[in-house]
This record gives sequence, structure tokens and C-alpha cells, in this order.
Amino acid sequence: MLEFISRMLGRESASSKSVAKERLRLVLVHDRASISPTMLNRLREDLVKVISNYMEIDETALEFNLCQDDREVALVANIPVVKMKRDYADAAKSV
Amino acid sequence: MGEIIVVTSGKGGVGKTTTSANIGTGLASAGHKVVLVDTDIGLRNLDVVMGLENRIVYDLVDVTSGNCRLKQALIKDKRFTNLFLLPAAQTKDKTAVNPEQMAKLAQELKEEFDFAIIDCPAGIEQGFRNAIAGADRAVVVCTPEVSAVRDADRIIGLLEAAELRNPKLIINRIRPEMVKRGDMMDISDILDILAIDLIGVVPEDESIVISTNKGEPAVMDQGSKAGEAYRRITRRIKGEEVPLMALDVPVGIMDRLKRLVGLR
Repeated sequence: MLEFISRMLGRESASSKSVAKERLRLVLVHDRASISPTMLNRLREDLVKVISNYMEIDETALEFNLCQDDREVALVANIPVVKMKRDYADAAKSV
Repeated sequence: MGEIIVVTSGKGGVGKTTTSANIGTGLASAGHKVVLVDTDIGLRNLDVVMGLENRIVYDLVDVTSGNCRLKQALIKDKRFTNLFLLPAAQTKDKTAVNPEQMAKLAQELKEEFDFAIIDCPAGIEQGFRNAIAGADRAVVVCTPEVSAVRDADRIIGLLEAAELRNPKLIINRIRPEMVKRGDMMDISDILDILAIDLIGVVPEDESIVISTNKGEPAVMDQGSKAGEAYRRITRRIKGEEVPLMALDVPVGIMDRLKRLVGLR
């Protein structure tokens, strides 16, 4: 019923244009960076591996994305740190 | 010294040839000396869109390979004495010409004409590289569809990599009634994504089919909406500031009712 009213008022519940725009946005981020999803996943795994040498991170809450702004693409990672690794801090002191 | 403008798109079927024909004819009707160059070797069509298919003797490949002089290959337009067509070869393929030859030809055309409009083939391979080789400016044609916008984005990247800065966008075949009901991307959606300057918006228009049937560019048809859009684009190419054409269709409550019950 609500949808009926909104159609009468000329509003569409989910326009196909917004679907098109969102799909384009995502596909272009990858086109512009020429990075495939597989490669992005491998980069993510490698990053996690390297960071884990220094600190304990919460992998389940990790955000990892290619973000697009104008014609620029940025790699944005939000990595929650649980704690610093003590053995690394000790090793650094003794050097 | 004239200017070389390449009309390109990446995707096929979005209206490059129609756009080239209309811009070229528009510039010629404004009194400029113009040549249209079809670089779609093997799939030439600018000749039929211009209605000049019966007059071809020599073609682009004959010129670049030295079989004939440029003047011998140029076909005079039916309507304007200051408009010419250099047709593509139909029996050869894209590799029959290379970018160096095209750049050399472009220099020659610049000395002879005020504007050379280069109709680029679809794709990003040698045909594209040939077409952009001698160009000073680029016009990217795109329709409001996901595939066309994606390909336009790729082409914009390739143009910039080839030092053809600031390409201008033509949004072709927009359907105001679909935009209005949210089923087609509008001008700002596409500009948002592609982030380049707009040089014109052409509405979907039956008069384009009719004018192509006849081989007479719509830009000369005063009653055609698309023709009006192309007239405005032509003026913008010359550097004039021209407002966008109003495309809005009023949607009344009766239209909505009809759509609701499936009458349209």
C-alpha cells in the first residue's frame, strides 16, 4: 500500500538508476586501479601477515577497501589493534 | 592553422558517427571549412550517414599509402561547398594505417581546413590509436547506460595517457521520461562518475533514424530536437557559451495513473 502511494506521488521505492550508479561506482574503482578482487584479497592477506609481526590485530573487524574520489583511488584500511607485541618491543630495545 | 577534433567512445553503437556527421555539418553551415575523416577502416559508415556513399573513388588508406593525393580522395558534400569527407577503406583492416601516418595526415589537414572531425572506431586497439594520433581535442560520446559509461571512463583514461587533456563529454540518447521516473542515469549522475566537462546532451529522437535513412544530418533539420542539441554543441565547440536545452517532460497525475494501470 505504501509503495502504491509513493508511486502515485511519483516516487520509486528503489530506482534502477541508483542500482546502475552503485554498480558503476564499484566496477570503476577496480577498472581505474586495474586491480582484480583476487589481487586485492592477496594484498589484504599479505598486509595482515606483515602487521601481525608487530601487533596483534582484530582481523574480524578489519576494513579494507579501495576508495574512489574524483579521479583518484585510495587504499583505505581500518585495522583495529588489540595490543602491541611485547617481544617486538623488547627486541627493538636490545638492538 | 586548423584544429583536429576526434570523436570517440570505446563502446560501439553510442552514436560516434552520427555525432561526427552532425558536428561537421554544423560547423560547415556556420561557414567553416571542414573535413570529416572516417577512421573506421573495414566498417566505414560516415559516408552513408552523410549520403555520400556513391561518390567514393579513393579512401584514407590510398592517401596514407601514397596511392593518391589528399585532394583526389576528398569528397565534396552535397549541401555545403566548404564541407568534405575523407572516407575509410572498406576492404582493408585497421593495421593498413599506423599512428605516424595519421599524425602526418593531420598536419596536412590542419593547413587546409579550419576543422577536421575524426570519427574513431569502437575499441581501444590500433583503430583508436590511429584516430587520436594527430588530434588536438577529444569529444567522448556516451549513452546513459552502465556499459557505455564504463567504457567512456576507460577511454578518458587512455586519452589522458596519450596527453589529450580535457576531453569533453556528449551524453547521447538520453530519455527524459525515463530519467524522470528514476530508471535512467541523469546528467549529474554521469558527470559525477566521469568527472569531465560536458559539451552537450542529445535526447533520444526518432528524427535521427529518419535523417540517417535519408543521409541528411539532423543538425540541418530545424524541427528536430536532437538537431537542436547538435546545433548547440557546434556553437560550444567554437567557444560560445550556450545553455543546455530543456529536456524536461511534464509528468501529470494522469500519466502516473496510466502508467500505474499499465497503459504506458
